[in-house]
Amino acid sequence: MSDASLPYQIEDLAPARAARRIKGESRIVQFALVGVSLAFLCLFLFLPLISVFVEAGARGWQAYREAILEPDALAAIRLTLLVAAIAVPFNVIVGLAAAWAIAKFEFRGKSLLISFIDLPFSVSPVISGLVFVLLFGAQGYFGPWLAANDIKIIFAVPGILLATIFVTFPFVARELIPHMQSLGSADEETALTLGASPWRTFFTVTLPNVKWSLFYGVLLCNARAMGEFGAVAVVSGKIRGLTNTMPLHVEILYNEYMGAAAFAVASLLAGLALVTLVLKTVLEWRFADAIAASRRH
Amino acid sequence: MSVAVTIESVEKRFQNFPALRGVSLDIQPGELVALLGPSGSGKTTLLRVIAGLEQAERGRVLFGEADTRALSLRERRIGFVFQHYALFKTMSVAENIAFGLKSRPRAERPSPAEIKKRVSELLELIQLPGLEKRYPSQLSGGQRQRIALARALAIEPRVLLLDEPFGALDAKVRKDLRAWLRQLHQRTGHTTVFVTHDQEEALELADRVAILHDGRLEQVGSPDDVYDHPATPFVCQFLGDANHLPVKVVGSQAFFQDRPVLGGLRQNQGGPASLYVRPQHLRIVDDAPLALPGVVEHLRRNGPLRRAEVAVDGLPKRLDVDLASQVAPAIGERIRLRITHGNLFAAA
Amino acid sequence: MTATLSRWREPSILPGFGLALGITVTALSLIVLIPLAALFIKAASAGPADIWAVATSPRTLAALKLSFFGAFFAATVNAVFGLILAWVLVRYDFPGKRLIDAAVDLPFALPTAVAGIALAAIYAPNGWVGGLLAPYNIKVAYTPLGVMVALIFIGLPFVVRTIQPVLEELPADIEEAAALLGASRWRTVFTVLLPPVLPALLTGFVLAFARAVGEYGSVIFIAGNVPMVSEIAPLLIVIRLEQFDYAGAAVVATIMLLLSFSLILLVNLIQASARRRFGDV
Repeated sequence: MSDASLPYQIEDLAPARAARRIKGESRIVQFALVGVSLAFLCLFLFLPLISVFVEAGARGWQAYREAILEPDALAAIRLTLLVAAIAVPFNVIVGLAAAWAIAKFEFRGKSLLISFIDLPFSVSPVISGLVFVLLFGAQGYFGPWLAANDIKIIFAVPGILLATIFVTFPFVARELIPHMQSLGSADEETALTLGASPWRTFFTVTLPNVKWSLFYGVLLCNARAMGEFGAVAVVSGKIRGLTNTMPLHVEILYNEYMGAAAFAVASLLAGLALVTLVLKTVLEWRFADAIAASRRH
Repeated sequence: MSVAVTIESVEKRFQNFPALRGVSLDIQPGELVALLGPSGSGKTTLLRVIAGLEQAERGRVLFGEADTRALSLRERRIGFVFQHYALFKTMSVAENIAFGLKSRPRAERPSPAEIKKRVSELLELIQLPGLEKRYPSQLSGGQRQRIALARALAIEPRVLLLDEPFGALDAKVRKDLRAWLRQLHQRTGHTTVFVTHDQEEALELADRVAILHDGRLEQVGSPDDVYDHPATPFVCQFLGDANHLPVKVVGSQAFFQDRPVLGGLRQNQGGPASLYVRPQHLRIVDDAPLALPGVVEHLRRNGPLRRAEVAVDGLPKRLDVDLASQVAPAIGERIRLRITHGNLFAAA
Repeated sequence: MTATLSRWREPSILPGFGLALGITVTALSLIVLIPLAALFIKAASAGPADIWAVATSPRTLAALKLSFFGAFFAATVNAVFGLILAWVLVRYDFPGKRLIDAAVDLPFALPTAVAGIALAAIYAPNGWVGGLLAPYNIKVAYTPLGVMVALIFIGLPFVVRTIQPVLEELPADIEEAAALLGASRWRTVFTVLLPPVLPALLTGFVLAFARAVGEYGSVIFIAGNVPMVSEIAPLLIVIRLEQFDYAGAAVVATIMLLLSFSLILLVNLIQASARRRFGDV
């Protein structure tokens, strides 16, 4: 349809909307389905979320402040930030490399590589921690050697890092790969034929093209890195002030019947989740086409 | 029942865009009518109003004597073939065709054996016997189109409506299906309305052609009628190539730049007018009283014909002239053209 | 590029293939593949008799049963409500729709431990929801039912997010065709509109299921963790680890992984055969 003038488009789009009135369900059915959906979401999403903030504030502002500014809590916050600050950039580099190799080149074993990158999604977080204990734990394959050389991985920060990276490994790559694939290589080829160096091409052409899906991936990766519980719980040893991340700190407080303090720290994580959701939603609205490709997993 | 479908001053707007501005049309039983028009002319909207997929804001559609506003979609018994066929891809061909029969209320529903028989009859009719178990994804475009037609015919429709029936097919398949559809219509005799933007298709296939433009019906008539006697300049230009000459009518003659070019006019008001002449209605002559001098500037092939582009003094656009194969002027040659037939419209 | 390379990859003028693939494969091997291989080796090294003993011990079986059946139940609930939710979000207009659409992803964003303590709090006998159920003698928290609640929570986005784009792209004309052929709304929905969505529903179901089988953080707070009753398989792994029974932990983990992988494989096969038959579904 080369002659798609404006009236044509109006004629083309509007009937679908008008016809929906003829074809849609009755108002009662619509009401019932919306009602069922809202009830379901209230029971499983909204009530839990609200309860975090209600319980956190149950003992008043002073108790909330104390729970968060207490040294062990601060140490947990610092460790969580440190872990994210290392795991996220690591995943950005690997994600970019993986997307470059997969989206720009044709090679044998590519779909296998993609499956392997996605693998951590289908592995239980506990198992993600377990594998590192089996390697580096006291009775693990490298345990005796590490002990002899006085290197601590399990029950120390390196183990937490490894487990976090394992769990968050696919996040950045899986947002970037479909986006880069949909963009093709024409822009890069143009830049190279114009004489740009490979690195210059990458930083001035490729990276700006995919920046929003990269940011999207970073957002999800960061949320998971800061919030990871199962994998970290297995390798951390939960030494207060040393190897406790925020989610682990929440668990300890909760198990010690310090509910209000646990929810206070939890409210920080819930706040992070809300900020993540808001940014994610804004990105999806504004850059729908850039992210669309990757949203259907 | 003398009239199958009566469309009475139907109006329909989308947001602020008037898609149909008072369209009236009678369709006779067994007739094959083409709704022809460019994109945005309202032809598909009119088809959807007839089907009941859109509600007209003003005016009404009658099936025989019955006002369709009182009928549910099922009661309308419309056979509708969508432009992209709208086959149900998770159903086999047999299930697709049987869908309408199986959708009837239990009391009216044929038995499974009857349905099966009806499906194979229809497949026979559309010349695709034995395809019952296939799925739409396993069929070619032309086959899908015919299955969609069989599905529409299965409910024994009062009216068969086809939306750009050949729009999604490639040129060769299009031609074959056109002839086939014509034959099928002759055999089954369904009252049929189809939408197309292809004037060739409309002229070849339809008993009558209804030409829409900007939501209005410009002209309705037999293919010969609308082609030879277009009612408006739009119809004249839309149905085929036409050269446009601004002329002045005095008495029984039309003058182009004070030179008489066409004579024997009757019942024409004097004054400025637009003369439309098709390329085949311009003939190269040695000398004649009513002739237009010009210079051949370009020659090209147009299907079986050769076509000359002739520059005429005082005309910004060159005239297209179809050449009889024996006379072939050279480029640069001065020739004289006689108008054998033209359509004259008083200037607005 | 050398001849040996071009045999397994298409030539390209773009640079950096070696570097990019090198980084990817190295990181993938060190972080994911080698550690997972260590798990299988450890499990295998236990010896067939020990593996069998661990795998068939009543406590392991009970934990695996709870994790798999619980995940199955939760994914089924999610399939039903996720389908309704996606339908409502795609087809209806109502106030707050965008907010709700955004909120569906909460389980992706909320740390599992936070979800766990929040669910435990509201479904406990003295909690907002648990308190309403207590008079009817329905206990949710600290029972297998509590496990389901947590698994429903974390699986919720998967079904909605896989169905949504498919529903959005359903062509309007098949619906009109069905109506013109005389089908009731009910028949149109169940025979024309929903069948093309089924493959996506199945995918969403499996994603929710796979996630739920391995879930740990949101479950352990609400489960009560009574051995043989409300103890999930991942928790059993943690317990074995705490007892320094590495082989035992590895065997349970391996069984879980193999069961999940074979399920995912099975579903991929079903999808592939559906695609062959119905085209791009």
